[in-house]
Amino acid sequence: MPVLPWSSQLIHLGAALLLLTSFAMLSQRRVLSLVNLFALQGLVLSFSTAAVAYSSGQPHLYVSAGLSLLLKVILLPWILHRLIRRLNVHFDSEPLLNIPTTMLVGILLVVFSFALSQPIAELSTSVARSTLGIALAVVMLSFLMMITRRKAVTQVIGFLAMENGLFFAAMSATHGMPMVVELGVALDVLVGTMILGVFFFQIREQFDSLDLKHLEKLKEE
Amino acid sequence: MELWFLLSLPLIGSLVLALVGARKLAPEINVAFSLATFLAGAALTRRVMVQGPLLLGHEQFFVDPFNVFLVALTAFVGWTTAMFSRPYMRVEETHGRVNSRRLRLYHSMYQLFMFTMLLALLTNNLGLLWVAMEAATLTTVLLVSLYRTAASIEAAWKYFILCGVGIAQALFGTILLYLAAEKVLGAEGSTALLWTHLNAVKGQLEPTVLALAFVFLLVGYGTKVGLAPLHNWLPDAHAEGPTPISAVLSGLLLNVALYAVVRCKILVEGATHSGLAGNLMMGFGLLSVLLAAFFLWRQRDIKRLFGYSSIEHMGIVTFAFGMGGPVANFAALLHMTVHSLTKSAIFFAVGHACQKAGTQVMDDIRGLIVISPTVGWGLMIGTLAILGMPPFGVFTSEFLIITTAMREQPWATPILLLALGVAFAAIFRRVQSMVFGETQLAPLPHPPALVPVFAHLALVLVLGVFIPPALANWYRLAAALIG
Repeated sequence: MPVLPWSSQLIHLGAALLLLTSFAMLSQRRVLSLVNLFALQGLVLSFSTAAVAYSSGQPHLYVSAGLSLLLKVILLPWILHRLIRRLNVHFDSEPLLNIPTTMLVGILLVVFSFALSQPIAELSTSVARSTLGIALAVVMLSFLMMITRRKAVTQVIGFLAMENGLFFAAMSATHGMPMVVELGVALDVLVGTMILGVFFFQIREQFDSLDLKHLEKLKEE
Repeated sequence: MELWFLLSLPLIGSLVLALVGARKLAPEINVAFSLATFLAGAALTRRVMVQGPLLLGHEQFFVDPFNVFLVALTAFVGWTTAMFSRPYMRVEETHGRVNSRRLRLYHSMYQLFMFTMLLALLTNNLGLLWVAMEAATLTTVLLVSLYRTAASIEAAWKYFILCGVGIAQALFGTILLYLAAEKVLGAEGSTALLWTHLNAVKGQLEPTVLALAFVFLLVGYGTKVGLAPLHNWLPDAHAEGPTPISAVLSGLLLNVALYAVVRCKILVEGATHSGLAGNLMMGFGLLSVLLAAFFLWRQRDIKRLFGYSSIEHMGIVTFAFGMGGPVANFAALLHMTVHSLTKSAIFFAVGHACQKAGTQVMDDIRGLIVISPTVGWGLMIGTLAILGMPPFGVFTSEFLIITTAMREQPWATPILLLALGVAFAAIFRRVQSMVFGETQLAPLPHPPALVPVFAHLALVLVLGVFIPPALANWYRLAAALIG
């Protein structure tokens, strides 16, 4: 096997760390630690973006790296921290699946993502194409987290982690989307988080808790 | 020029309304901005009809007969809904269901929502299309939870999470599309997501990637269209939000989401040269029609009932687009138009009826025709129209779709006919008992706005009896574009 240039190795390291943080988030029940893990994931994402930018020589990727550093490491975790302090939610209630089972399902999802992305990755010309499987796995794992958790805040963190996975997918497959699209997506994510913040207060005011079991009344009878 | 007016008017409107707040004039300002937007839309439509397709703003905006017809429809229904919302929201305020702060949010977000839909329709960039669709979800989430009741908060949460996750799939699909496009068009100058460029080279795009991309795009945007089995958010959001929002969600947002699917289908079909995209759409469409028809029987809430009816009609349109060909596409476009007009008219009538009755439970609404003949007849005629009775436009489009299905996909015809029959019985039996019979309903503090109801129904009637040649020609052009 040929030795990869150090920048590609760095990208692979970043991808591996990204997957690791996804699994860590899946197993974490403390909400504050979850936010910190999310910030860490953002940091890894931002560094991998910079590494891809360096190795592919695409200057606009530095801008995306800076953007994700600002948004995902500083701004969103700050908003979430504030929300958690003001709402006083620290622990998630018992998840629907226990944690070891969730991890096992997660491993299966990773295998599935790699199988799915194999034919596409071969077509890509990007330096980071081999990490497309990981990007898809991060999306799937965040999806799993949203399904198995019951607190509104954890679902939102899952949602944001999914966006991280998609961002990484865009980067590993195509060196990132055009700038105008990336800015638009970032704006949507930011506005979405703020709206959800407003929403948490509405849920709390109405139900005195952020547990989503109260939100299961609307059903077909 | 018209384009900039069209896009900037709702944006300015939302700012102005945020500043004006809940003053007495806010609903009138909302109507005025919506009317101005509609006039700009009409001017743009005229220009496209005279000059043909236009590319504007460094190719970032693209107007062809397909999207300009939806632009005109969106702006028109946006305007009439604003007229309906004027007395409706006043009554809600009198009933104490909203306060002035929330009315400010409502009016401002209403305009912003119109902006996001127009942006989604007009943009040539598939990435921006995604951004606009997500923004459309964000603007309506807080509108669905406007009443802050337990049920409305739950509905809004479900709406946000389901559509958020769904639309994340669409983003992945867009990334895959970009991956395929970049190999052909090159990443420089970022033209690889512009629809017109993609359409020009669609034959060279990698078929496997595009097929996979379409699955993600269909699931993603399909969630917003309300296709079964991803439709769970739709009845809740329709039932719990304010009625003007139900009208624009049903009449406009679903159309815009379907527009996104069809745009992607054109590319994928050109690349794969197979019926995959069409078959997927037909499958999802039929499943939605069938599932919605049977769920209609179990509804007790009138707005949920018509929410399910929207799923059914979107299923029919998706099926027709899936079949493809000039006649089916023509019928699908016509059905989009008449469904949009009829369904919003029904929601207007339903809104007034619920305000009179003080409830949305159908068993408690009786004898509308006695207390208010106009609301009662509006609901009755609207229901007959949506159920596909001749001479209304819905009959024409459904007739065209079914006869085409008999020729092209004979196996699907019995399923469609069964679903339409079941839906007819389910809705008619409910509405009949609401409209006729004894009553104990109270009059409203503000006179209802019934001009929009009858204006919409008159248009649907005209479309059923006689489609003006200019309009028919326009549909034909759009149908040819879709292929």
